Amino acid sequence: MNLQDLFTALFFDYTLRTVALGSAVLGAVSGALGAFAVLRRQSLMGDAISHAALPGVVLAFLISGSKDILALGAGALFTAWLGTMAMVYIRRRTRIKEDTSLGLVLSVFFGVGMVLLTFTQRLPNAHQAGLDRFLFGQAAALLERDVVYMAVFGGGALLLLALLWKEFKLVSFDPEFATGLGLPVRALDVLLTTLLAVAIVLGLQAVGVVLMSAMVVAPAAAARQWTDRLGSMVLLSALFGAISGVAGTLVSSLAAGLSTGPTIVLVASFIVLLSILFAPARGLVPAALRRRAQASGALSQG
Amino acid sequence: METYTLEIILIAVVAAAACALPGVFLVLRRSAMLADAISHTVLLGIVLGFFLTGDLSSPFLVLGAAAVGVLTALLTALLERTQLVKNDAAVGLIFPALFSVAIILISRYAGDVHLDTDVVLLGELAFAPFDRFAPFGVDLGPRGLYVMGGILLINLAFIGLFYKELKLSTFDVGLAAVLGFAPAVVHYMLMSLVSITLVGAFDIVGSVLVVALMVAPAASAYLLVNRLPAMLALSTGLGALSALTGYLLAFLLDASIAGSIATMAGLIFLVSLLFAPEQGVVAQLRRRARQRWEFAALMLNAHLLNHEGSREAEQENRASHLTDHLRWSPEFASQVITYAQRSGLIAVEGDHLRLTPAGRQRTLKHYPSSGTLEGT
Repeated sequence: MNLQDLFTALFFDYTLRTVALGSAVLGAVSGALGAFAVLRRQSLMGDAISHAALPGVVLAFLISGSKDILALGAGALFTAWLGTMAMVYIRRRTRIKEDTSLGLVLSVFFGVGMVLLTFTQRLPNAHQAGLDRFLFGQAAALLERDVVYMAVFGGGALLLLALLWKEFKLVSFDPEFATGLGLPVRALDVLLTTLLAVAIVLGLQAVGVVLMSAMVVAPAAAARQWTDRLGSMVLLSALFGAISGVAGTLVSSLAAGLSTGPTIVLVASFIVLLSILFAPARGLVPAALRRRAQASGALSQG
Repeated sequence: METYTLEIILIAVVAAAACALPGVFLVLRRSAMLADAISHTVLLGIVLGFFLTGDLSSPFLVLGAAAVGVLTALLTALLERTQLVKNDAAVGLIFPALFSVAIILISRYAGDVHLDTDVVLLGELAFAPFDRFAPFGVDLGPRGLYVMGGILLINLAFIGLFYKELKLSTFDVGLAAVLGFAPAVVHYMLMSLVSITLVGAFDIVGSVLVVALMVAPAASAYLLVNRLPAMLALSTGLGALSALTGYLLAFLLDASIAGSIATMAGLIFLVSLLFAPEQGVVAQLRRRARQRWEFAALMLNAHLLNHEGSREAEQENRASHLTDHLRWSPEFASQVITYAQRSGLIAVEGDHLRLTPAGRQRTLKHYPSSGTLEGT
């Protein structure tokens, strides 16, 4: 398949178009919110949140008996949020450090999810098949309806981010000053993390529990190399996320055995690599070139 | 069937103990998430080892996996050293990339072998007894038991041999470096140990459970005791307890054994979080309540001391006056008076309050200058 066919397919192949669009939305939303997570040194929070969503997915299925994406999503969001609060509580109230609280919530919630998953396997109607796609994601199974939901909820999260932009910015960079101004710092903190959880839950279907954290970290870490301003970083991160989503989907459609989720993650990782090497101000190669120019300049002057 | 049950429990307990030991150092060194990262990337080592040897039971798979585990720690440190990304982001970038490569390799080139990503992530303890260790046709028990027992011994030996180095580099990296203990070498040795433990454990109990077994018992022990040897012992014990009770739970619910063990490890942590003697939530709440009363009693004492022996003492040092002076509600004032009286700090004579010698001494200790200002 050559490039032209690929683009033709992107516009006219229903499945590919849906999947690419879904991945783009997911990349953009998790990219934008991931920027805040990375700046607040909560990069690994995404990993814990996505694992903590698993019991919620299964629980919602057990209760509702359907695989309706809204029900599963609500369940996922509920336990993801619960896990987040548990982490925050452990970190604030005990001497246990952040990384341990993350590992703890991640593995225990996932374990509970596995226990619940074995219950669904005993259900008579074998309806549960497909729940495990939340583990590794199955972008190819995205339906138009799923993409609409992703766009609606992701758009809502981004809208809230835009409305509370000033507040979130302040809380992220200078929480003491924000407290001094009388802002409800705790509540904003929780809200921002909840928005991150929304982004992660949206992506679970496509990328899966294990790799979703990369969609939070990678676009943001790449964007950070190109700019020092929050606004441009968030936009760029969303853009990188969307590009990773579309490019990953396209590449994975080229050959059999290229699962969409991992391919999207690899594209995003590649963007990070390029950014770290070649970003003008911070990149390793430009920095080395500058040092060399300085050294030779000093030599010729001396 | 009976022996199978016993073997499963035995494997689970040994695995839990093997994981809990390095887990203590991970928790103390704030590297718990590195264990999570390595638990994913060892898959790449296993896949590569499989491609090289074509044999899923080859010992080279373990070596390859351990090598990739150390590589994960190295790459993370390298990326962090560029100072372009923070430590947590470095971890979050490296392991999904390596894990993605592993998954793609499996789904693209190893589709027809038994190398299932689900099994790797979730493990299946229930099948462990069917994999026997039988050299020369003599059945010596399940292979998993030997693997985990060996890893437990390696971990014990490592911690025994390098206890001093581990302890110092965990609690004071700077001092360890100055004294020539090479904390970086210790770090990578610990990471190799973690990788070997993860590799050995994960096809038996699954990679996520391994993380639970490494982090949860150590975190519980961290809340319960203050000394490193106690923490090592307790975390091993709690790991074994999680395995035992987890198996029981799995049996009762007829559910995933690995998931049940992780659940129990989490429950044990929850109990420790609530009821740990010093660090626990209940202890904290009680301490805060006691401090509130102690502080209020001290305030009352300072007030009494201030006016003691002066002309207005008759007026000021009365129970009914406290609501005016300290702005306490009447019921709070009477509670404080009861508390201070019961602690032997004041004596109550009708409405009049008087400091006891003990109360005066205590107040003067906290406020050395009080009583002298108004007395002059």
